[in-house]
Amino acid sequence: MSTNVEKDQVSGRETTGHEWDGIKELNTPLPSWWVYVFWITCIWSVGYWVVYPSWPTANDYLKGTFGTTNRTELHETMNNVTAERAPYMERLAALELPEIVSDSELLNFSMAGGKAVFADNCAPCHGTGGSGNPGFPSLQDDAWLWGGSLEAINETLHVGIRWDANEDTRFNDMPAFGRDELLERDQINDVVEYVLAFSDRATDMQAIDRGAVVFEENCAACHGENAKGVQELGAPNLTDAIWLYGGSKANITESVMNSRRGVMPAWGGRLDEETIKMLTVYVHSLGGGQ
Amino acid sequence: MLLKKHHIVEKNVFVLVLGIFLTIIIGGIVEIVPLFTMEQTIEKVEGVRPYSPLEQAGRNIYLREGCYNCHSQQIRPFRDEVERYGHYSLAAESMYDHPFQWGSKRTGPDLARVGGKYSNDWHVAHMIDPRAVVPESIMPGYPFLAERNLNFDDAQAHLETLKMVGVPYTDEMIASAKADLYLQASEDAAWDDDFLARYPNAATGDFDGNPQKLTEMDALVAYLQVLGRMVDFTTYNPQMNLR
Repeated sequence: MSTNVEKDQVSGRETTGHEWDGIKELNTPLPSWWVYVFWITCIWSVGYWVVYPSWPTANDYLKGTFGTTNRTELHETMNNVTAERAPYMERLAALELPEIVSDSELLNFSMAGGKAVFADNCAPCHGTGGSGNPGFPSLQDDAWLWGGSLEAINETLHVGIRWDANEDTRFNDMPAFGRDELLERDQINDVVEYVLAFSDRATDMQAIDRGAVVFEENCAACHGENAKGVQELGAPNLTDAIWLYGGSKANITESVMNSRRGVMPAWGGRLDEETIKMLTVYVHSLGGGQ
Repeated sequence: MLLKKHHIVEKNVFVLVLGIFLTIIIGGIVEIVPLFTMEQTIEKVEGVRPYSPLEQAGRNIYLREGCYNCHSQQIRPFRDEVERYGHYSLAAESMYDHPFQWGSKRTGPDLARVGGKYSNDWHVAHMIDPRAVVPESIMPGYPFLAERNLNFDDAQAHLETLKMVGVPYTDEMIASAKADLYLQASEDAAWDDDFLARYPNAATGDFDGNPQKLTEMDALVAYLQVLGRMVDFTTYNPQMNLR
């Protein structure tokens, strides 16, 4: 802006007129294309204010020509998604589970959808692909606490296991025989030996005979006379090699002492009916479906 | 022209500071004040309540351990998010959070609706050793939480302080803060109508698998189990809050 512009001798450029200890600053303004773009964006912003939500007012804000908001956009997107899926979803809602499994198109749809839902909601406990974790049962084998039919899996998904918030939840309550002093330590040792004997792992033959009596009086009501479990009660089979909480003598003793009360959330309400059906079909297909 | 007077601002630091101050004030008035005057900043929804003392203790541990560095609590209104996590987060759901735990930094998943998604047993197993249940997890383990006694003797003072900044704790809640802390982690809480009236939808009972001891794990799991469970979305009408 200075009227009397001094030029630098060496470069021939104008200086700003600022000088520090004999060193003068060259005037290097922004390129003009940059300045023009800057002014164009300023003008563009005015148009933006008109079209999109922008300035606040006393107790509201300018909504913009089209009233665009993230939430309305989401609702439109989801409406389209729902419409796209509707032909499948309507049939999923209308058909019984066995009919869904026998319809190859619906089966494909359910398997893909079920897999996605399983990965986020179920895999953290049951493992990727339903392989199970200690305390969280495998869904790939034939051992089912509460039944492995399509109907039973669907029901478990809906109501959960020991999930207090759902009044129909699957529930059983094994006593903590040791902690609540229902059995003596010796009796617990005997009954554990008796249980180990089913898989030929007992070490004390006399304990087995005594344990049989303890089992008969305390355990058989739920686990069955033959210890093979009762699915209606959610009582596991004690004669096979599948142990949810470990099958060592220490693990089994711990279970009898303090009981085990695994919990599964109820998914009814959290996931919609059609999604639970897809999940049922997927889980049923993992290897253990009955 | 004003540009010619610019040297006054450049050469006088007090004028410069005053100018900066005025600019920030104007920006603040335009951007912040309307949020307080607009009726619709916070949605009108039912169910959002202050945190129970145990949940509040858990929240403090959540902050202490820096969980927010990897986990957000904000489901954004986009298809991929609502399909995975559920209904997008409402402002009302974090209105009693001081400070809120929104964010976009997600090394781990969003936790806004993690409440009721997994069992207490899972949370404990996962916190002690994340890879024991999720092999691909990169979350650090927090096994010490299950060992440490919960130290929240100043529960009452915490609630009083939160009340000062606008969280509607009642006198009854403040008076019973210390008792509620222990009550919520006991089996009795599920039958205690007074407690449930104070803190509806609270998860109750022993959380960490050790009923003899109230640990930091109890508090943290109680907090995680209430996240996203206060508003009942089955009766919520999103058309009311479209914006």
